[in-house]
Amino acid sequence: MIGGGDAPPPIRRRALDVAATVAVILAVWQGVVWATGVPPFILPSPARVGQAMVESRGLLLEHGLITLFEVLAGLVLGAALGAATAVQLALSPTARRILLPVLVFSQAVPVFALAPVLTLWLGYGIGSKIVMTVLIIYFPVASAFYDGLRRTDPALLDLAAVMGARPLAVLLRIRAPAALPEFASGLRLAAVYAPIGAVIGEWVGASGGLGYLMLLANGRAKTDLMFAALFVLALGAVALYALLGGLARRLERRARGERRAGLPPRRPRARRDG
Amino acid sequence: MAPAPGLILEGAFAFGGRRLFSLDFEAPAGRWTCLLGPSGVGKSTVLRLLAGLETGGRLEGRLGASDGRPLAGRVAWMAQSDLLLPWLDVRENVTLGARLRGERPDGARAERLIGEVGLEEHAGKTPRELSGGMRQRAALARLLMEDRPVALLDEPFAALDLRLRLEMQDLAHRVLAGRTVVLVTHDAHEAARLGDRVLLMTEAGARELPPPEGAAPRAADAPETLRAQAELTRALVGEAAA
Repeated sequence: MIGGGDAPPPIRRRALDVAATVAVILAVWQGVVWATGVPPFILPSPARVGQAMVESRGLLLEHGLITLFEVLAGLVLGAALGAATAVQLALSPTARRILLPVLVFSQAVPVFALAPVLTLWLGYGIGSKIVMTVLIIYFPVASAFYDGLRRTDPALLDLAAVMGARPLAVLLRIRAPAALPEFASGLRLAAVYAPIGAVIGEWVGASGGLGYLMLLANGRAKTDLMFAALFVLALGAVALYALLGGLARRLERRARGERRAGLPPRRPRARRDG
Repeated sequence: MAPAPGLILEGAFAFGGRRLFSLDFEAPAGRWTCLLGPSGVGKSTVLRLLAGLETGGRLEGRLGASDGRPLAGRVAWMAQSDLLLPWLDVRENVTLGARLRGERPDGARAERLIGEVGLEEHAGKTPRELSGGMRQRAALARLLMEDRPVALLDEPFAALDLRLRLEMQDLAHRVLAGRTVVLVTHDAHEAARLGDRVLLMTEAGARELPPPEGAAPRAADAPETLRAQAELTRALVGEAAA
C-alpha cells in the first residue's frame, strides 16, 4: 500500500553531482579569464572572487544578515497574509466579490515599479524591503492556497453537512488540511521570489544589504566584491529553496497520510478538544 | 439512540424546469428499503433530498419523517467512496463528526465501534495503509458513531469485490439493526439479499416490487435470493428497454 512515490536520490550522490557541475563551471570560467586576458574589473577570475569573499567576509556577513532578515521577515509575513486572505476568500462570498477582482487587478501592476514609492514612504531602512518582499510573495501564496481550499472534494463537504458541522470546523479540519499541497507549492514559489523582492528593494535605495553592497562595489569597479556578494546571495537563495522545499514535501506527505519510513505508527493521541 | 422514524418522499422533482422523476416513496421505520435502478435515474438525488443536501433542483411535494418531526440531525450518510480523511487515522476519522460539531468525541465508544467492524488492530492506521474493504469498514464505524436513527447508504459496497461485498452486507445489516435504512444500489442481488422493501426506479418512474421471501440478510446463494435477483433483474432490464 505504501508507495515509494518520487523518492529523491540519496543526498550524498546528489551533493556529488552538484559539486561536479560547480567545479566544471568554475574551471571554464577560470579558463575564459586566462585565455582572453579580460581585465578583472570586467570579469574577475573565480580565484579572485574567492579571495574577495575571504577578505571581505565581515562586510559580506554584515550585509548578508540584513538581506537574510528582510527575506525571512517578508516570507513569514507574506505567507501569513496570503494564507489569511485565502481563508477569508474561502469563507466569505462577500470577500470573494470585493477582494478577488482587486487581487487579480493588482497583479497587472508590476510590483517592482512600486519599489521607489515604498522607499519614498518607508525610507532607506529594512521596512521598505520587507514590504516589497511581502508584496511579491503575497499573491502566489494567496492564490495557490485559495485554489486548494476551493477544490475540496464536494462529497467530503456533503458528509460534513450531514454531520451538522460548523463552517469554521469544516475549514480547519477538512478544507485547510486538504489544501496543504497547494499551500506548499505557493511556499515553493515564495522561496524563489522572496530574495528577488528584497534585493530589488535594496537596489532602489538602501543603506545596507547584499543588493546595496553589489551596487556599491559595482560603482567602485570592485567587480570581485560584487561577484562575491552575488555568490553569497545565490547560496542563500538555494539554501532557502531547499529549506522550504523540505517543508513543502512534509506538508504534502502529511496531507496524503504518509508516515516517514522507519517511524513506528502514531500512538493513540490524547484528546485535543479538552 | 432515538426510535427510528419512517421516511416519506412523494412528489415530482424538477431540475432547471424539466421534470426528472416523480415518486411516491415510503421507507418503513427500522427496516431496510432498497432503491434499485440503473445509473442516472435520480436514485442518489432521492438520497440527497432525504439527507437535506443541495440537489440543484426542486421537489414539489412532501418530504419528511413519519413522526412529523424534522429529519435534520437524525440522518447519517455513507457513500460509495469511503470519504475518509487521508491525514487522519481510523480512530480520528471515526470521531470526525463530533470534532466538526465542536463536541468532545467519546473515545471509548469509538473504540467499541471500531472493534465491532473488526478494525481494532488497525485503529491507529491512516486510510492509505488500509485495503478497500477495511476503508469501508472504517466508514461504517464512522456512520455508527453518529448514532442517528436513519442511515442513508449510496452504493457503499459497489466498488468492492464480490466476497468483500457479501461480508460488508452482512456486517452492515447486523450493526444497523433497528435503524431505518435506505440503500441505493444498482445491484439486483444486493437488493434481493437486504431489502425488506424494494423500490424499482427507472426512467419510466418508480414502483414497488414484491419483497423476497425470508428475513434479511438472505443467504447469497439461497434459491429464494437468486430467484428474487432474477425477477428484479428482469424488471430492471425490461423497464429500461420499455
